[in-house]
Formats: sequence, structure tokens, C-alpha cells
Amino acid sequence: MEYILIIIAAVFINNVILAQFLGVCPFLGVSNKMSTATGMGLAVLFVITLATIITFLVQTYILEPFGLGYLQTIAFILLIATLVQMIEIILKKASPPLYQSLGIFLPLMSTNCAILGVAILVIQNNLNLLQATTTAAGTGLGFLLAMVIFAGLREQMELQGTPKAMKGAPIAMITTGILALAFMGFAGLV
Amino acid sequence: MKKKPSTLKNMLLALTLIAGAAALSVGLVVAVTEEPIALARQARLEAAIRTVLPEFDHLEEPKTQEVAGGELVFYRAYYNDEYVGTAIATFSTTGFKGLIQLMVGLLPDGTIHNIDVIRHRETPGLGDRIELRFPWPRQFQGMHPNNVNLRVRQDGGDIDAITAATITARAYLEAVRLAFDNFTIEN
Amino acid sequence: MSNIATLTRGIIKENPVFVLLLGLCPVLGVTSSAMNGLGMGIATMFVLTLSNVLISILKSQIPDNVRVPAFIVIIASFTTVVQFLMEAYTPELFTQLGVFIPLIVVNCIVLGRAEGFAMKNGVFKSFLDGIGMGLGFTLALTLLGGVREILGAGSIFDWKFIPGDGILIFILAPGAFIALGFLIAIINQLQRKKT
Repeated sequence: MEYILIIIAAVFINNVILAQFLGVCPFLGVSNKMSTATGMGLAVLFVITLATIITFLVQTYILEPFGLGYLQTIAFILLIATLVQMIEIILKKASPPLYQSLGIFLPLMSTNCAILGVAILVIQNNLNLLQATTTAAGTGLGFLLAMVIFAGLREQMELQGTPKAMKGAPIAMITTGILALAFMGFAGLV
Repeated sequence: MKKKPSTLKNMLLALTLIAGAAALSVGLVVAVTEEPIALARQARLEAAIRTVLPEFDHLEEPKTQEVAGGELVFYRAYYNDEYVGTAIATFSTTGFKGLIQLMVGLLPDGTIHNIDVIRHRETPGLGDRIELRFPWPRQFQGMHPNNVNLRVRQDGGDIDAITAATITARAYLEAVRLAFDNFTIEN
Repeated sequence: MSNIATLTRGIIKENPVFVLLLGLCPVLGVTSSAMNGLGMGIATMFVLTLSNVLISILKSQIPDNVRVPAFIVIIASFTTVVQFLMEAYTPELFTQLGVFIPLIVVNCIVLGRAEGFAMKNGVFKSFLDGIGMGLGFTLALTLLGGVREILGAGSIFDWKFIPGDGILIFILAPGAFIALGFLIAIINQLQRKKT
């Protein structure tokens, strides 16, 4: 039950983009088409879960015992960058079709602040490994959900007459704002 | 200057040197800032103790007590050698964004004198109404936890939750109850 | 390009937030007040300028294939330095900005300027570019923070001049997106008029 609640909270209530403002760049950058949005969302879901498990283990078994907590930021970002590289190499060899669909999004992962952000936040919140993994997966799902909804809205928006100054980023921002408003309604769930 | 070619030796050398210099300089900054950070944290705690207790001139050596999920710290305060109250650093992990740390000031009979927030990450505009600059936390001044049910109304208590931040209010009250319950056991 | 142009173009013409749309996470995340926006802007400017300078000094010593990891280590170190300095000397601000301080390391502006500018230019130019882009970023954050604080809380830099609660939504998450959307639209409109 606890874990279901964590997932619901991470997907709907504390949505990574709409409430925590993490991962906004890829959210605006690759949400033009439904297919790319889904691909990006799945890639984030995959990497965020793996990255959180690995950074969590490194923090608990290497950084903390040796009193190296202050190297957290450096260690985490390097781990994430290395992990992304390795996933890319493995996918290329093991599953070319999957690489075809997700591969192009992987290089964007190391500078996605949602991934580093969640890795740091689960440590700050004193979660255990299982809670941290669930939170990360929930965050990834929340990212995927926001991406898919927003891509759908954006495909519709192309067909609307938008005032010139509002075209592009401004109208995308305001739409996201209204979406965030809708998501605030979920706050009563827990 | 000519660019270094990407031979294995050059790559290893460059990365090792950069990583070494980075670790060294970060270590240096950490060593330099260690004391100011400790002082800043201490100052925040002392300010909170002064806020939540009546006037006092000295504090007894703080006592810590292990509880599920963390520890409470008790600061007993005296004025002219007369016991005037205890400030208790308490916490809740069930805030909307995780950990909330409070300083609860109790008079000798257990009446709440004042409550200050030491640290929280609740939503600005909603959950941050637990800070003393807002009226919500001031309602507890002068309450005695034995006479008032320190739970939000939704849970059958006597306290109105903060609008749209029930989870925050619930966690706040949980921390206050934790402090009071352990204060009663202590005395 | 002249030194003055290098310094000033980040402020308006190529403003990293309003025009290039880079580094939006902290822009939205910390701007619930003007003070927070200003603090985050200055912290980012510090990292941006120092890493720009160091990278332009080291650029011929770093082999191309390990360029990005080397940059990441340099940027992450400066970020950690800022993190500890802020915790020591501005603890209140540090708590308010929270996770967004370590996240400076993944701010696209910092890595983007390292790759796009400091790699190709001299030390002094890279320094000016860092300051200029940093100022543009700070300006954007303070402006957005100011707008949200005025509308949402009726105050500016904690100085309250409208009694009462204000339009709460502008302090909350949706208001961040909506306010930034309108600010970008206004700047688009001004740019279009000029040309």
C-alpha cells in the first residue's frame, strides 16, 4: 500500500514537471510529436530508475562510510553520464530496434535535471532503497504522462490561430500552466 | 598552442589531473566552510530557542532522545536559576515534501509558549504558512495539549488545517504531539 | 565581435531564458520571490563565469574525446564550491533554493557556453561572455520572481505594499508557467516591433 501511495504521489501530486519543475527543457523541446514524446518519456523512465538505484548505492556504501558526502554532486553527475553511455553501448549491441527508437534521446539524459534532481532528493528525504526506487519509477511515469498529454495538446494547438507574439514557447508555457492547475486538483487524493 | 591529440595517455592524464585538482579544491572549500556552516546552523537553532521560550539567561546541556525515525533534542532553560521552560527540537517525515523540523517551546506545566519552524521544504504559498510570519502557527500560543486535540478536523481533532495544505498541517501537528508526549514522559 | 558586444548580448538580444529558452528548470522552480530569483541568478553566474574562464585556459590541454567529462567535472566542482559557500554564508537562501543549487551542474546554459564559446575563444572574452550570460540569466530570474511576488504576495523583495493575500496562483506552480509565458510573449512582441 505504501508503495502504491508513493507512485500515485509521484505521478499526480508531485508531478516532476508540473509541480517540481524538473526536466522542463526536454518537456518543451521534444513534445512536438506524440511518437517522440513517448520515446523520450520511456527513455527517462528507464534511466531515472536505474540511475537512482546506482547513485543510492554509491551514496550509502561509498560516499557516506568514507565521509565523502561533499563529493555527492560530482560523483552523481559522473555516474549518470557514465550510465547513459553504457546503456547506449549495450542497447546498440543487444537490441538494435530498441536502440533505434530510444537511442537518439539518450545523449540528452545526462543534462536532464529530473534525473540528477530525483537522485539527490531521495537522499535528502532519507528514503530506503525500495522507497527510493519506487519514487524514481513514479517520477519517470509522471514525466511520461505529462509528455504524452502535452504532445497531444500541442498537436491540436498547431491547428489553432495563435496571436503572433504568443506562437511557440509562450503559448506552450501557458498551456503547461493550465495543465499544472488541473494537476493541482489531485492534491486531495492522499 | 597546439591541441593535444586524443591518445589514451593524454586522455587519462588530462582526466586524472582535472579530477585530482577538482577533489583537492572542493576538499579545501569544504574545510574552510565547515566552521561557518556549523556556526550558521547553531545560530539558527539558538534563534529558534529564543523565539519559542520566555526570557531566559542560561540553557542546560541539551539532552537527546532517540525516537522512531530520528531524535528529539531537549533544551531546558533557566532564568535566575528558576526553570522557565523547555525547547524541543522535533520533526516529522510526513510533510508534503518530506522532512519538517520544528522547535516547540513548552512552559514547565506543558503549555505551548510558541512554535518555530527550523527547516521545511513545503510548497511556497500553501505549506509555508507554518512559518511564524503567518498567523496559522500563532494559534498554538498558550494552548495546553491536554485540553486541545492537536489533530486536524478531518482526523477528528480541534485544529483547522491550512487551506489546500492539509498534509503539511497534519505533519506539523504530528511533530508537536511527538514533542509534547516525550516532554511528559521526561518529566 | 567587440568586447562590449560579447558582454551585452547575453543580457537582452540573446538572453538565455527569454530568447534561447535554456535552463528553464531553476527559472520556474525558484522564482516564487524576487530575492530567490536574484540569489539563484548570482550563484549560476558565479559557476558560469569561473567554468568559462577555466575551460578557456585549459582548452588546448584537454583532448577532444574526453572534452565533455572534463567539462562536467569542472562545472560540478564549481557548483559544489557555491553550494558550500552558500550554506555557510547565506543559510536562509540556501534552504529556500534547495535542490536547485546542486542542479546548476545540469543547467544547459553552463555546459552550452563551455562547448559553444569558451572552447573557441580567449580567456578574457570567455570571462565577459560568462558575466554577460550570467547577468542575462539573473535579470530574467529576478524579473520573473518580481512579477510573481508582486502579483502573488503583493510585495517586492519582501517589502509589502499591497495588504492582503494577493493572487495566490502566481506563487504556485501553474503561475510560474503562466507568468513566464506572458513575459516571453511580451519580449517577442517588443523584438518584432524593433525589426
